[in-house]
Amino acid sequence: MTVVLLILLLLGAGVVAWLSERVHSTLPNWIALITFIATTLWVLIVWLNGPDANGLYAILDLPWIPRFGINIVMRVDGLSLMLIGLTTFLGIVAVVSSWTETKTRLGFFQFNILWVMAGVVGVFSAFDLFLFFFFWEVMLIPMYFLIAIWGHEEKEYASMKFFLFTQISGLLMLVAIIALVWINYNISGTLTFDYEELLKLNLDSTTARLLMLGFFIAFITKLPSVPVHTWLPDAHTQAPTAGSVILAGILLKTGAYGIIRFVVTLFPEASQEFWMWGMTLGVISILYGGYLAYSQTDFKRLVAYSSIAHMGFILVGVYSFSKLGTQGAIITMIAHGFSTAALFMMAGALQERLHTREMSKMGGLWVRAPRMGAVTMFFVIASVGMPGLGNFIGEFLVLIGAFQKSVVLTVFATIGIVVAAVYGLSLMQRSFQGVPNPDVSQMPDFAFREMSVMVLLMIALVWVGIHPQTLLHMTETILPLPGFGS
Amino acid sequence: MLQAGLPYMVLTGGLLVVMIGVSIKRTHAVAAVLTIITLIVTILSHILAYSSLGDGAIQITPLFKVDGVAYLFNILFLFAALVVAFLGSEFIGAHVRFKEEFYLLLLCATLGSLVLPAAVHFASLILGLEIIGISLYAMIAYPEKTRPPLEAGLKYLVLSGVGSTTLLFGMAMIYAGSGSMGFASSLPADGSMEAQYFYLIGNAFFWSGIAFKLSLVPFHIWTPDVYHGAPSVITGFLATVSKGAVFAVVFRYAVEGNVLDSGNVQFALILIACASMVIGNLLALLQTNLKRILAYSSIAHMGYLLIALLLIESNEALGYETVVVYLVGYFLMTLAAFGVISVLSTNQERELDTIDSVNGLFWRQPAAGAVLIVSAISLAGIPLTIGFVAKFYVFAAGIDGRMWALIGALVLGSAIGIYYYLRIVFTAIKKPSDEFGTISDIPWTGLGILSFLGLCMLVFGIYPTPLINLVQSVVQASGF
Repeated sequence: MTVVLLILLLLGAGVVAWLSERVHSTLPNWIALITFIATTLWVLIVWLNGPDANGLYAILDLPWIPRFGINIVMRVDGLSLMLIGLTTFLGIVAVVSSWTETKTRLGFFQFNILWVMAGVVGVFSAFDLFLFFFFWEVMLIPMYFLIAIWGHEEKEYASMKFFLFTQISGLLMLVAIIALVWINYNISGTLTFDYEELLKLNLDSTTARLLMLGFFIAFITKLPSVPVHTWLPDAHTQAPTAGSVILAGILLKTGAYGIIRFVVTLFPEASQEFWMWGMTLGVISILYGGYLAYSQTDFKRLVAYSSIAHMGFILVGVYSFSKLGTQGAIITMIAHGFSTAALFMMAGALQERLHTREMSKMGGLWVRAPRMGAVTMFFVIASVGMPGLGNFIGEFLVLIGAFQKSVVLTVFATIGIVVAAVYGLSLMQRSFQGVPNPDVSQMPDFAFREMSVMVLLMIALVWVGIHPQTLLHMTETILPLPGFGS
Repeated sequence: MLQAGLPYMVLTGGLLVVMIGVSIKRTHAVAAVLTIITLIVTILSHILAYSSLGDGAIQITPLFKVDGVAYLFNILFLFAALVVAFLGSEFIGAHVRFKEEFYLLLLCATLGSLVLPAAVHFASLILGLEIIGISLYAMIAYPEKTRPPLEAGLKYLVLSGVGSTTLLFGMAMIYAGSGSMGFASSLPADGSMEAQYFYLIGNAFFWSGIAFKLSLVPFHIWTPDVYHGAPSVITGFLATVSKGAVFAVVFRYAVEGNVLDSGNVQFALILIACASMVIGNLLALLQTNLKRILAYSSIAHMGYLLIALLLIESNEALGYETVVVYLVGYFLMTLAAFGVISVLSTNQERELDTIDSVNGLFWRQPAAGAVLIVSAISLAGIPLTIGFVAKFYVFAAGIDGRMWALIGALVLGSAIGIYYYLRIVFTAIKKPSDEFGTISDIPWTGLGILSFLGLCMLVFGIYPTPLINLVQSVVQASGF
């Protein structure tokens, strides 16, 4: 029941936030902030209480559309709880980062933020394929509104592209889901969308491959991986800060989550045969994303492309079909959520102060705003993969896992870390270091509001980096997944 | 038998009352209220009629066979007519000199649409079709002050006439092959080559005529012009009731007459379906007028529905279920979309039907804007709305029948469709430019009806179980 209450709380708070605009113009901010803090604490309490005997933190099974054997099946295991925690926590970051940025229609803005988060929590806990697809699509609509209403110059193009990419790939997944269910129906005689039931199904290899592709394409579009990544830089660049934080921090993770939860478990053999493709796509994403990131002059676009590179590590990790690789991928999901959310928040803060995202109009900003400089430095270093911080653990585990599967691909993936250092440091240099830009005479530094969130994110990253065992332990219950090696 | 025919008698009786009432004294309000009462009583009479059905179906003369599914269709058409009567009363009140005949035409067309789902004979088919058609010619051209409706009415008159002629010729050929006008005995009488040819040519003409009425590619050319020219509320009626009724009757023909046993007919229908889904959506991309966009989108939606029709070869029950659920969804979202245009234009000189005229609608007129957004999202088949449930059914039908080519066209068509539906959404949530002020003097009944439609789309989208259970049980009780 816990999950549904959590989702209902987010949905309800959204409506309240929208209406509260009439009472006071900044009330929606406070409602959203309090909701996210409360839900984060809630998740924390659930986590501290520990799982039940089956490793589940929450469970729910209600009939929904009995005609097709569709039930509201929601379960929260270690992986789900981790990602739900990330979601609610980044909710705080998103609200704080756009505290002063959004000036129009604040009520509807916070409504959309809260509803996106509700959809994401649903995605991370749905164990019925129909329900999963339902949430998968539902979270898009508020996200679309966020980009289309509060976005920057090219919002129409960006929001349309974002929506089309995810929708079309989602249609393929829908076909695959229904086909899977109908095959199960023809064999067993029961119509069910239940994940656990469908896990038992044995498919012949051709069908399995086709259906696996349906899921795979939907998830790598969301992840995103080359060659279906082109929506991401546009969507990120045009989205308002809170939108970018959510998009990079959480929505991309739903793709990774889908691969880990559904692709490799529902189609174990087909996925294993596919490992070469999965890893190769990952490596290409790492290198190509890094290369493109380096060539950007737009602060936000650079961070967006770097996300593609980091997401490549997740593909490499999962398709190495090793326990370490998958654990590395999961850690990368969390750590990337923290570090990129911070960097997008920084991009938003810079744009709010300088009214530009172009790095050529920055330079030497450290002098003007030392706190912002130090914070950026920390998160750039983290995202580059500095030992002691979360991202390092994730990428390191991924590479160890991948090494056992393919040395060549691992070597190329490792080159990606060097590339990351290049674009990361160049970002730092072009914006905060070097000769101070004479056009920027003064710039307000981070105040308490922003610093407090940044400090929280830093603590989180250090914690993941120094004591990853907590997270690794939480994934134990789902690993090894069916079909995995040691 | 008498009880089973009750809805038809009630509606005809109401029609007569309205006609006599109008001829005694012309009063707009009285005519409108009488019409609405007639429609509501007719809907209620279905409960009584349904309880008399017993097992399966009742044959009334060789022409009609009423069963639960026919009643479901009837209720849907009556509901749409009710919406049109409400919205139309405002539009007619503001735009037309002679208001009362509109209600006669509306009731007449509704009666025609009630005939079709129960028809099991070519004679009753053409009877129902022409009652709808002739009423619609007049309804489309009804606002006599401006030219576009007249032009649209004339176009529809000529082209629909051609369609009916083709249909009649097809029926004659089928009759020549089988010696019977009943659906159930329309297969060739003997195995002779001649009878086979008659049957095939007859079906070619028959389906061409039907494709015209349903505006399927390549017989769709008239659709955008007529949709555009007719007043929105009438377009809403044309897009929903007249198409739904034709679909109901061809479904019956396909089931009773086992038409899909013929590989040629099946192949032709697959081609038509694929073409409609893809071309309908493609052409909609180029439009800037909302009514034209909806016209092309309706072509695509009829293509989606053909998948359900093609399924009856292998799974009649699911096919019927799909068609009813899909039509419920399609009716709600189409009526809502045309309703928004109609309600906004009530007190305007010209109809606000360009895509620019809904610029920032969500901020200028939140209720109407929200309904337009919901119906666009629903037409695109995105969850939370009934459009998704409908599309899910079509996907399930396609996969159940293993019609992979059609699934491919469905995915492609839906993908293209998202673009132009989303453009409507984007325009509606845009920051309104200064040339558009807030839209005032909007009738509250219109907004009420629209909100109701919007709410239905969302409620059935999130919890479709009651609807699905009802349809499923009726389909089963009707013996499919």
